[in-house]
Amino acid sequence: MLELFLDKYNYWIVVVLMMIGLYIVIARGNLVKKIVGLNVFQTSVFMFYISLGKAEGGTAPILTGKPELFSNPLPHVLILTAIVVGIATTALGLALVVRIRESYDTIEEDELEGMDNAVVTTERARLGTGDAA
Amino acid sequence: MMAVDHLPVLQVVGPLIAAPICSLLRARNLAWFFTLLVSIGAFLCSIYLLNTVLETGPISYAIGGWAAPLGIEYRVDASNGFVLLIISGISSVVLPFAKRSFELEVPENQHSLLYTAYILCLTGLLGITATADAFNVFVFLEVSSLSTYVLVAAGAKQDRRALTAAYNYLILGTIGATFFVIGVGLLYMATGTLNMADLAARVGPIGGSRTLDVGFAFIVIGLALKLALFPLHNWLPNAYTYAPSAVTAFLAATATKAAVYLLLRFCFTIFGSGSGFLAPMVGLVCMPLALAGMFAGSLAAIYQYNLKRMLAYSSVAQIGYMVLGISFLSITGLMATTLHLFNHALMKGALFMALGCVFFRVRSVNINDLSGIARQMPWTMAAFVISGLSLIGVPLTVGFISKWYLISAALEQEAWVLIALILASSLLAVIYIWRVIEVAYLKDPIPGRTVTEAPLSMLLPTWALVIANIYFGVDASLTTRVARMAAEGLVGMAQ
Repeated sequence: MLELFLDKYNYWIVVVLMMIGLYIVIARGNLVKKIVGLNVFQTSVFMFYISLGKAEGGTAPILTGKPELFSNPLPHVLILTAIVVGIATTALGLALVVRIRESYDTIEEDELEGMDNAVVTTERARLGTGDAA
Repeated sequence: MMAVDHLPVLQVVGPLIAAPICSLLRARNLAWFFTLLVSIGAFLCSIYLLNTVLETGPISYAIGGWAAPLGIEYRVDASNGFVLLIISGISSVVLPFAKRSFELEVPENQHSLLYTAYILCLTGLLGITATADAFNVFVFLEVSSLSTYVLVAAGAKQDRRALTAAYNYLILGTIGATFFVIGVGLLYMATGTLNMADLAARVGPIGGSRTLDVGFAFIVIGLALKLALFPLHNWLPNAYTYAPSAVTAFLAATATKAAVYLLLRFCFTIFGSGSGFLAPMVGLVCMPLALAGMFAGSLAAIYQYNLKRMLAYSSVAQIGYMVLGISFLSITGLMATTLHLFNHALMKGALFMALGCVFFRVRSVNINDLSGIARQMPWTMAAFVISGLSLIGVPLTVGFISKWYLISAALEQEAWVLIALILASSLLAVIYIWRVIEVAYLKDPIPGRTVTEAPLSMLLPTWALVIANIYFGVDASLTTRVARMAAEGLVGMAQ
């Protein structure tokens, strides 16, 4: 049991980080904290890609003749792209949070939902479609 | 090589380069015209490509001259050629409509940036469809998604709920894309390749591998979030309701379609010959969810007072039909899905544009505000009714063709219960379309309100899609030929 953990400890770290990240996204009501959770979640995937390309004792295959054992550089390159995508997502997400804060004056999910639901209730009342679910 | 040989990549790279140029064009009419040119250029490209594919077979393009599987390959065959045509075609029809609509719904200083986001979204969707590299798919998926969040948030001038809708879409969309990229990583771990044809060739011999199965499951769930398969559709109703009208028309007709195409690609081209995991995955997971979506979407649609939201829920139901077609695992089922991709783009595009026309004049799409509107806006409402009939699946419209093939696929497998369920969910569509007809045609106009017909620049694109709804419903020979080729190509590559 312990060996299962120690041999593949990199994947266990990935799984734990992934679950922590996803849990924050689901459980936290603060919009900024949700974005932080999303970042943790994405970072776990970066670590997953990077560790799967690593060969133990391997070198980097750059201009060093023909190494016997080398790490696969492709996943590392791929994850550079994914990191850039992650930054763009975070930036856009935070920009949206700023706009939300400007128009609603709060970034707590429950309060936002409450305000939106109040609008729906008044719209329904005006339209006389109270039966609508 | 001639310039024509580069078209598979030019179609994607063209808009990609055009986007930053568009952001520099500060005059909004110029930005609009530039976007229209880019979109029409992509449309002409896709017509040429599909035509070439139909005559001479799939086109393969190696980026930078690096041959696949090492380099990134762009590959156009009947199935993605058809989706390219849908995406660029709908974009070109929506843009003339978008001009007046954006002028009303979006602050003036945001226009050129909004058109930039529009071009980027188009780039992403075309890229997802054209590429044959699994990781390239993820990059374009994020290009299209990030620009979509911006487009949705642009509705904030009309209703601030557009901001929360865009935020929720961002969270769920990112989770979906990340699940997808985890799946791609697991595939790479097991096979050591990212090229789709190469993946397909290596997945088969590996057979039953836990890594592959888990990777496939991650990919399907990630895509299910992106295509809004019930119950992962939560982001969709708000995003479609509060986005500007033209954005909703464009997204409803194209964005989920690209994700459905990806699902087809991964299920059949890559995993078709795989571990035997496809059948239980699709049969036990996708089919029940598709059926649940068909009913939950339609039932929710009946109870909406905001008509944009009503159509958004109806989209969830229509996605159910597409996934149901996939879950038959037969040529006819795949044809039904491919046809419905095209047909649903025509009908939902037309319906959302008709609502856009209504909003342009009435400044509301709540059902009670539309009382007697058909007398004041007869052409708009006629467009709504015809495309609504198409949504229900009345003969002589494209909706009928979709339902016909879907029911044929069920008949082949003698799945009588499914046929009954398909017909029953179509009846639900009758109810929510009839609600609108009843209010718009049979009630008296609201006293004191003088609204006139929508401007021609909005009405003509709407009617272009309505006429396409009827044309391809009467003469479906072209679309069924392409759909058959696409279905056979998807299954054939797997063998």
